[in-house]
Amino acid sequence: MIDVVLAVLQVLVVAAGAPLLVGALRTLKARLVGRRGPRVLQPYANLVKLLRKEVVVSTTTSWIFRVTPYVLFATMVVAALIVPLVLARPVLDFAGLVLLMYLFVLGTFFLALAGLDAGSAFGGMGSSREVAVAALAEPTIMVAILALALRAGTTNLGGIVERFTHEPLLAANPGHLLAFSALFIVMLAETGRLPVDNPATHLELTMIHEAMVLEYSGHYLALVEWASAMKLFLFMTLLANLFLPWGMPVTAAPGTIVLGLLVLAGKLAVLTVGLAVVETTVAKLRLFRVPELLAGSFALALLSVLSVFLLR
Amino acid sequence: MAGLLYIVAFVAGVAGAGLGVAGVLDATWSLRVEAAIPLGGLELTMDPLAGLFLALVGVSTAAASLCAIGSRDPAHDDAGAYLAFVAALGAVPLAANAMTFLIAWEIMSVASWMLVLDRRDDAETRRAAWVYAVMTHAGLACLLAGMLLLQVHTGSVRFADWSAAAPALPASVRGVAGLLLALGFAGKAGVIPLHVWLPLAHPAAPSHVSALMSGVMIKLGVYGLIRVGFEWLGPAPAAWGVVILLAGAVSALVGILDALVDHDLKRLLAFSSIENVGIILIGVGGAMLFRQAGLEALALLALVAALYHVVNHAMFKSLLFLGAGAVVHGVGTRNMEAMGGLIKRMPWTAGGFLLGCMAIAGLPPLNGFVSEWLTFQALLQNVRIEEPSLNLVFVLAIAALALTAGLGAACFVKAFGITFLALPRSEAAAHAHEAGLATRVGMVGLAVICVLLGLGPTVVVPVLGAVAGPVVGAAAPETWGDLATLSVSESFARLSTLAIAATLVLGLALPFVALVLAGVSRRRRLYETWGCGRMLQTARMEYTATAFADPFKRVFRFFYRPVKRLELDVHPASRLFVQRIAYTNPAASIFEDWLYRPVLTALRSLITLVQHLQSGSATAYLTYIFAALLVLLALR
Repeated sequence: MIDVVLAVLQVLVVAAGAPLLVGALRTLKARLVGRRGPRVLQPYANLVKLLRKEVVVSTTTSWIFRVTPYVLFATMVVAALIVPLVLARPVLDFAGLVLLMYLFVLGTFFLALAGLDAGSAFGGMGSSREVAVAALAEPTIMVAILALALRAGTTNLGGIVERFTHEPLLAANPGHLLAFSALFIVMLAETGRLPVDNPATHLELTMIHEAMVLEYSGHYLALVEWASAMKLFLFMTLLANLFLPWGMPVTAAPGTIVLGLLVLAGKLAVLTVGLAVVETTVAKLRLFRVPELLAGSFALALLSVLSVFLLR
Repeated sequence: MAGLLYIVAFVAGVAGAGLGVAGVLDATWSLRVEAAIPLGGLELTMDPLAGLFLALVGVSTAAASLCAIGSRDPAHDDAGAYLAFVAALGAVPLAANAMTFLIAWEIMSVASWMLVLDRRDDAETRRAAWVYAVMTHAGLACLLAGMLLLQVHTGSVRFADWSAAAPALPASVRGVAGLLLALGFAGKAGVIPLHVWLPLAHPAAPSHVSALMSGVMIKLGVYGLIRVGFEWLGPAPAAWGVVILLAGAVSALVGILDALVDHDLKRLLAFSSIENVGIILIGVGGAMLFRQAGLEALALLALVAALYHVVNHAMFKSLLFLGAGAVVHGVGTRNMEAMGGLIKRMPWTAGGFLLGCMAIAGLPPLNGFVSEWLTFQALLQNVRIEEPSLNLVFVLAIAALALTAGLGAACFVKAFGITFLALPRSEAAAHAHEAGLATRVGMVGLAVICVLLGLGPTVVVPVLGAVAGPVVGAAAPETWGDLATLSVSESFARLSTLAIAATLVLGLALPFVALVLAGVSRRRRLYETWGCGRMLQTARMEYTATAFADPFKRVFRFFYRPVKRLELDVHPASRLFVQRIAYTNPAASIFEDWLYRPVLTALRSLITLVQHLQSGSATAYLTYIFAALLVLLALR
């Protein structure tokens, strides 16, 4: 029973929290460059507006185009049950980092197919670029996972977080910091943030994610945007709980859950400010400079792993 | 008549699958007919490893034969060679002595060569068959030399005797025999750089034969490598493990990079077979290294991962080749740039092909994901080998495998998206026809097996553990988890694909139900794709396969060394009036340019030198004989 409650809670927190995170990020970024920016709650209003609108579907498309928003949303629901959120132990407690990364690939796979489905050049361009960036981020993710697994003795997400909550000093060594930087760069790439992709622009020749979803409208677009926000939320939560595991409650009880939510909100607030600062201080990279950035992140992850081998 | 032979092949496939499964479940037997062939006689032995490969041959044969019945073209029908090929495929894993093995191996090679030479009036096909014949016989020569060497030093042609005598063999004999056998088997498996025949031969064969060649024949090379590395020559030294691991990593990466930029649908699948053999060899090499370090439990896990991928790849690659065969049959070309929109004309094929693409891209909860996950879990535990240089090799293999997985997803987005989605790019694609009933049944069967292998690792892994246990000399672990959840190395990692599938279904239903309940309008307006205000959408505005692969070409330009040839034909009056533009980007292969061409050039100049001996005059030959006699007498 408690598991079902927790499952519902985790999905609700992710689904409801994601637009807030995106809204806060946009407002912060606007303030940092001296604009007033939209209100924090604007993404909710956008979702409601999109849900009310009629859907326009291209005659060229097939069923792939119509199921993709649902598949994308479903992968985020599963991911929401895998990532340790308020408690150290997630609902699907068997799950590990490798599974999480492959789940994100599942979403990208379908989204890229949907981008090709309408037969517009923009969609194909977005798809091609999105899968290229995602593929190049893969080695960093796996090597960073290795770095974490080496220190925690497991690739199980709940296991890693529990280990670090019990031994907080483990999470405070330089190798860990390197892995964090590596995964932070991967997050920028995977969720389409600056300097890899600019989520605020609709300039055809530079966009990646926005080009791929160009044909979506109405509730399809709402689902796609919502799922993208959830992906960002989940990545930030993952970074927060894997690398700053302090204060996470281990046992489930009403009190600890509230405490866990507050701790999570605090950590996400810190990371959001960090992300906003990063995004306002860097310029977008040319597409073919992105591999260099990802190679850099791979080097960081590799150093993190080597530090374990050499210092044991 | 030919149809009957295919039905015989189908029945034989089903029977072989049953026999193989029984063998996997430990129904071992052996058969010996002394008089059948010289030098040791015909000898077949069933053990779990042989059973596993026989079962794969059986299932793939059954599906491929169904498709052959469905899409037979009487003008190109070689049912006899097909039957011989299938029989030899089944006999290779069962062979228990060198002579039986080599005969079955050679029948397999020659029969498949005849099948590759399907359209013999086509120059490209003839070249493919020629390269295939040369490479496969170079491999056979290596196998023959290695086996003869072992026969000389152990005094037996039986594999079981080799295993028993291996520890007492001098290191040099083990090394040379191991190298020769490994070269022979790696050539058949399509390991880089011995792969050059594979992307030529597999697409040239009829699709049901391609399915068998990619699905099971190259796996028999892997089978040989496992036998050599773990049994015939005793436990392999660490250096072999490193070589196999790195060869696997390089094959995986190079295979998928080549697949990404290839727009011939069947050649793309052939390149991806090289990639998958690489993934399998990463597991095999890891198992060798773990075993050498005394970590039998981890060696078992790595080999189970490799065998799981062997099974999976046989299933989804057969499915993909049958799907590609249906597409080629329906459209009349293998060129992806002339396809598109087939999902509407060929819904069954599209569904099967999509499932195959998802499985091969390693998407959860399908079977490709499970075996890649297992491989990662084995590799991630390399820290238990306390040898930093080996750890570094493992880290590189992990990174290569991860990049391969990412590129694989991209490659199969291209393979499915360009072939089946958007508008048809040619007249033929616009009028393509769906595959016949038998072909569809074959594809659906394989697709169901892919799903089951994905959902049931808790059943499959213990069985594979029992197969791999005797090979690596490890006892099976006490538990692989319960029926719902797979547990690896106690609590190192766990996985429940059933739970993932269930949550995915719930996650699919959740927004759907929620939108209905919230009363969101599900009105849909059909309209054409937005096109910046142009009037009409045509297929020429679509993204092409070449364009899709372009970012990869730029990122990995050190590997592809892309060449662009742009020829402009301008009007004499002004170069601004372009009359004709020709754009080509010919592909070059590093291996052909840097490895094979120098070797062939050297060989050719050597032959030119030797040619002077062959004057054609009888007196010269008599002189040679006389000289040889004198030399022999002097030596005596």
